[in-house]
Amino acid sequence: MIEFRFEGRAISAEEGQSIGAALHAAGIRSWRTTRFGGRPRGLFCAIGACFDCLLTVNGVPDQRACQTVARAGDEVGP
Amino acid sequence: MSYDLAVVGAGPAGLTAARVAAKRGLRVALIDGYARTGGQFLRGAAQPRLTGVEVKLGQRVWAVEKSPGGFQVHASATTTAATLLIATGAHDTVLPFPGWDLPGVLTAGGAQALVKGERIRPGAEMVVAGTGPFLLPVAVTLLEAGVRVKEVLEANRPSPLMAAALARNPSKAAEALAYVRRLAAARVPYRTGHAVVAAHGKDSVEGVTVARLTPEWRPYAWRTVDCDTVAVGYGFTPQVDLALQLGCELSGDHVVADDRQRTSVEGVLAAGEVTGVAGAPSAVVEGALAVHSLVGEPPPRLLAEKARLRRFARALERSYPVRDGWRDWLTPDTVVCRCEEVTLRAIDEARDLGAHDPRTLKLLARPGMGWCQGRMCGHAVARLTGHEPAPQKRPFAQPITLADLTLHDREDNA
Repeated sequence: MIEFRFEGRAISAEEGQSIGAALHAAGIRSWRTTRFGGRPRGLFCAIGACFDCLLTVNGVPDQRACQTVARAGDEVGP
Repeated sequence: MSYDLAVVGAGPAGLTAARVAAKRGLRVALIDGYARTGGQFLRGAAQPRLTGVEVKLGQRVWAVEKSPGGFQVHASATTTAATLLIATGAHDTVLPFPGWDLPGVLTAGGAQALVKGERIRPGAEMVVAGTGPFLLPVAVTLLEAGVRVKEVLEANRPSPLMAAALARNPSKAAEALAYVRRLAAARVPYRTGHAVVAAHGKDSVEGVTVARLTPEWRPYAWRTVDCDTVAVGYGFTPQVDLALQLGCELSGDHVVADDRQRTSVEGVLAAGEVTGVAGAPSAVVEGALAVHSLVGEPPPRLLAEKARLRRFARALERSYPVRDGWRDWLTPDTVVCRCEEVTLRAIDEARDLGAHDPRTLKLLARPGMGWCQGRMCGHAVARLTGHEPAPQKRPFAQPITLADLTLHDREDNA
């Protein structure tokens, strides 16, 4: 197991697991809100096609959570 | 270096092609956007040994172009090859319904990927809904992951065509029967002529509305089911972006390929779901056939197998269409385009202003203009304007950074 941080909270992930799956499994189902309606967004297609699950990883914005493998020490946020 | 063959997509078709090509002595590169091989179907399977194959993972291909002597495949690095095999698979086709953008609504393929590839339980209590035989293995996968699957809802009715196709394909019939038995043993109801027509919850799914459907999918007789997660899938949409960039001929939603997987563009092959959704066994056969179009003759056994699997796939496609009544599931406030948050009301208003085709509608109301480039709403938006869903040309198949583009130019000019 490795550990990364989401908005300061420690999240565990299996080796090779995506950030999106680790967050979803930790009960965090939404990590951004939409621009107009402020609607919550998390995983939807989970295979890299829908772009709902975008988040910021180590300062790099607009990463697909479902396609980004979690690494120890990653700082993750909306 | 330049390769004899560049394979884009490391699912069942691409993996098979790469392995067979290497065995035949071809210099082959296998490129995939994800960190592991396997594609969607083999997610989580042990990583195969690919002796003699240059495997390039984490390389999201955003464009392919013809170059002197072959093709250039552009990802974060550029790969050059004499022949290109497009094996980019498919993603779930989804339909909008009220609440479908709530967290906890997943695609069926996504729910399965989370179990098989990510080894997580997507939810505690789930409903699986949509159309097509894929719902069965998804429900069984979820059961085996410890999910309490409350219902499996198939929008279509049992079809005589499907029954006949199963009778001709005993192995497929046995597979389907095994899934049905597994669901029955766990007391999971499998209901045909039913659908999830709304999802409810504040920040995440807390329940769904299930309706009985007329044969044309108009809802009647509603009830609610408590659940925290929903998996929905209405078939699959082939990912034909790269083939479109090169001008390959399409038929409907898929790339036209001959019996050896050759497309209409010289030097471009296509195999698996991009040539029409037919499942992993068919993709494996086609991956092998693609290599035979480069070296030697295709074995008659493979050609016959492909024909048989394709016939079965056609019967499935005709048995599990998306029928028009789904429009009655929507309310004016239902979000149709998730990226740009375009509601049915906004689409109707644009139609009243004269937007009668998907392109005009997109320009006026913006559905399909966002990050996913219409991959999620394209089917619905086309149908809402009375058109057959058709692949959209995407000059960039994947988003890339300006930095990548600059580096890429430097590399080319070096």
